[in-house]
Amino acid sequence: MADLNPLSLWRHLLALPNESRTKTIAVAFMVSAVCAVSVSVAAVILGPIQDANRAAEQAARMEAMLASMPEMAALIEEAGGDSLETIIVNLRTGLPAEGIDPDSFDAEAARKDPARTTILSADQDIAGLGRRPDFLPIHILREDGDLRLVILPISGAGYQSTIRANLALEGDLNTVAALSVTEQGETPGLGARIEEARWQALWPGKLIADNEGNIRLEVVRGQATNDFEVDGITGATRTGNGVTRAVRFWLGPNGFGPVLDNLANGAL
Amino acid sequence: MKALRTLYGPIIDNNPVTLQILGICSALAVTTSLSTALIMSVALTVVLMAGSLTISLIRHHIPTSIRLIVQITIIASLVIVTDQLIQAFAFELSQRLSIFVGLIVTNCLVLSRAEAFAMHNPPGISALDALGNGLGYSLILMIVGFVRELLGAGTLFGQTVFLSVHDGGWFVPLNLMLLAPSAFFILGLLIWVIRTIRPAQVEQTDFVLEPEIGEKTK
Repeated sequence: MADLNPLSLWRHLLALPNESRTKTIAVAFMVSAVCAVSVSVAAVILGPIQDANRAAEQAARMEAMLASMPEMAALIEEAGGDSLETIIVNLRTGLPAEGIDPDSFDAEAARKDPARTTILSADQDIAGLGRRPDFLPIHILREDGDLRLVILPISGAGYQSTIRANLALEGDLNTVAALSVTEQGETPGLGARIEEARWQALWPGKLIADNEGNIRLEVVRGQATNDFEVDGITGATRTGNGVTRAVRFWLGPNGFGPVLDNLANGAL
Repeated sequence: MKALRTLYGPIIDNNPVTLQILGICSALAVTTSLSTALIMSVALTVVLMAGSLTISLIRHHIPTSIRLIVQITIIASLVIVTDQLIQAFAFELSQRLSIFVGLIVTNCLVLSRAEAFAMHNPPGISALDALGNGLGYSLILMIVGFVRELLGAGTLFGQTVFLSVHDGGWFVPLNLMLLAPSAFFILGLLIWVIRTIRPAQVEQTDFVLEPEIGEKTK
């Protein structure tokens, strides 16, 4: 009868000549298994710490963006820390989502939950998102009841990664107050330069739509020639196009369009 | 004695960067400041040592036909774990190092030590050899990083050494030093200096060009 004692099987395996097929496959399998387990364990154990780091980074970028707009920062300072209001909006209706507390809202979970996302058809999905979350947090700053600043989270497919950013609009909802890229994995030295403050500083003051209401804001190749254009980064045309499409999608009817309409006519 | 030579031989006499010209890509990319150069050096040395140790431990059981794949799998896993650790505990630096920690896996230095040394030597001496090579790589990275950060930004580890003209000082930062080509210049000068002091490191000419036909007839 064959010996089924695992210890002697193990010894038998180690004693096999290195070039035998059984040992080659066994070694390959064991090395892969051990490596896979160690990588997974590291990812699972360190995941929460990395998520916390990322969240802190995003908060810091939001603060840095506000700080880059001295006028707005002063306004917030004046009115106290709570004047920047956070609202969870329902993109289907364009109205605030009822029964969701902004403090405990988990945007990450909402982004992945099939019940709370909408599948975009190919012609709607200009930003390459596939699914659009229905609930998103936006930040609003008012002064004496007048809208002064709206901060919208936008995202879209870049050249090789998903680009996420915060887009701040001035009270007229047609002027960019600031753009702050919060997450991207574009080519270092080329597309990744969208993270540089110098490029983001080109955005404030740009206009979004013309008088007919067509969204014309875009990142162009080379130098901008009018107020609807932002200078492109040399060697990063597709990253620039990705940003353009993300901005256009999220300001359009399938993105924050209904929300912005409600903000403009005072329904929100 | 032999063990000691294994340790400090690669630091100067047989330096992986200046003699073997390995690991140049990362030496260009991460040396704009000393802090990124330091993290990269530590990460590479740790991966190199852990990789060599592991491979040396199982060297009698690695089938020759798949040895490179086995080595790369082990090295790649160690690199991923290291990258995850850096992202968890040195998040800001990991943003600045971007993809270069992940690219340690393609650093010829790591695979060459595994293939050339750890496959044929016991674990202890393999780990020493890896440590020596890691320190040799680190030394060059720190020298290049020192020159580039000092001349490029007037700082060391982010601390101001020369007050730049932007802040009212006298120092005009050399922007070239922050661009990749400057690392080539510094490495080239470094190799020149080392080979002048130690002529044994000068490479033999592989072949001599024949004089052109026109010159021959003259």
